[in-house]
Amino acid sequence: MVQKLACAFLLMIGMVCLFADQLAPAGYAKQFRESPNAAPSRKHLLGTDDIGRDRFSRALYGTRISLLLAPAAALLSTLLAALIGGVAGYLGGFWARCAMGFTDLFLSLPWLFLLIMVRGFLPLDVSPVLSVLATFSLLGLLGWAAAARILCAGATTIRNSDFLLQARASGLRRVRLFVFHVLPNLKPILYAQFWISIPVFILSEANLGILGLGVAEPMPSWGSLLRELEGMLSFAEAPWKLVPLVLLILVVSSFELILTKQEFAT
Amino acid sequence: MLGWRIARHVVSITTILLLGGLLSAALVRLAPGFDVDEQQLDPGLSPESVRAMHESRTQQHNLLRFYVGYMGRALHGDLGTSHSLSQPVRTLLRDRLPVTLRLVTIGLALGWALAIALALTAAARVTAWDVATLIVSGVFLCLPTAVLALISVLLNTPGYLGIALIIFPKIFRYLRNLLAKAYSLPHICTARAKGLGEPRILMFHVLPIIAPQILALAGVSVSIAVGAAIPIETLCGLAGVGQLAWQAALGRDLPLLVNITVLVTLVTLLANSSADVIGHVLKSEGV
Repeated sequence: MVQKLACAFLLMIGMVCLFADQLAPAGYAKQFRESPNAAPSRKHLLGTDDIGRDRFSRALYGTRISLLLAPAAALLSTLLAALIGGVAGYLGGFWARCAMGFTDLFLSLPWLFLLIMVRGFLPLDVSPVLSVLATFSLLGLLGWAAAARILCAGATTIRNSDFLLQARASGLRRVRLFVFHVLPNLKPILYAQFWISIPVFILSEANLGILGLGVAEPMPSWGSLLRELEGMLSFAEAPWKLVPLVLLILVVSSFELILTKQEFAT
Repeated sequence: MLGWRIARHVVSITTILLLGGLLSAALVRLAPGFDVDEQQLDPGLSPESVRAMHESRTQQHNLLRFYVGYMGRALHGDLGTSHSLSQPVRTLLRDRLPVTLRLVTIGLALGWALAIALALTAAARVTAWDVATLIVSGVFLCLPTAVLALISVLLNTPGYLGIALIIFPKIFRYLRNLLAKAYSLPHICTARAKGLGEPRILMFHVLPIIAPQILALAGVSVSIAVGAAIPIETLCGLAGVGQLAWQAALGRDLPLLVNITVLVTLVTLLANSSADVIGHVLKSEGV
């Protein structure tokens, strides 16, 4: 029941993201200069920020960016993991040792440390669209290591299986074996890694955004929206500023609930 | 056997450290804007000073030469000088390391204590308390580290509480599942049926089974805590290594960054290797 509710909530949020242009009362960058820092009203459901931008509209657009690009980054990292871990496990021997040594190098640095270091090196004064691409590409390019380890173990098991030995004995080429026999059997692990990565990347983007290393202004994302919390003196002062945080918690916990169901199912 | 295992860890740590340092140096060297120093734009500086600054950067152009030179000096205790903070890296690390060590150690101790206490009370039977602890840990699991740091600033709580609250849900969930699985084993049920007390069952029958996983988790938790120290120290204004790493990344400070990367990698690897070696010792002694 709870998992169904989580799915329904994610679907609803997904729909809201897709129709953000129609649902938002104003553009995410439009300034209402006559009413900066306004409290919630009919005109501005969540009030306005320091420079008079409608918070509700920014929350809608921010949700769209974070929710659409986190799965894209998860897809990229899963593909990389499949390529590095899957191929290494399938080839075995020297290649597997080299690939896993490289993976260990990535895993020896804490994830947040690695992310902040690498993002810090990239230019920060880029266009908002580029900053969105840079942030999420980085998540995808750096988030493959743990998944690669699991995929390498999976591919090694398949490599040593009887059906693959028979296929090899039948004269099938290595590439064909990998594409038609190894990869399809790695699918469950790939799906699991993809779904696990999404909430991790959503949270990582939020961390980067709060530290000023995420999506550049005026483009909104959950990370940049949460930066507003930095200036708060108390929760009671402007509780509507907490809406992006509540939304983030609900979305990430919905993902966690669905993942828990999958864990039990397997 | 133990000596061989330790030697293997030492070789692995040394190799990863050397490669990690080289990779971080390469990353900084290849990053856009490496040649540019913000201070060069200061109109108050004379052309000679600007030229001297430029030359100091040019010396680092050959990455391999910089890295070999750095390693040679590091072996003699000279870790170089930070460009952005104009101080010896050794002094910076010496001043800031105790802050981070204190933050991470207290945070880890608190996080583990909270997780163990909750897991022990929740794992035994599925009750309302178990559901409540799962919900609370779930909420903390969904909070970004930086948000916890901001809440910590807002409520004026110490930074280590932030680290503890980041560590606690991850440890709690894993530990709870481990304990629940262990408690459902037939020999534990038999022990209960024979009237053994709960502390005795836990100490002599449950803990030995889950000890290897707990040790592995301990190693991983150190890595999570060190990573979390960056946003916590940056947003809470704590002058530790995490904040220093943040400043080094933004200032593209090559000497400082290479040293911090090597230090963080060393701490993480040592934690994981220690967990592995202790686990091996316990296993060989039949605990």
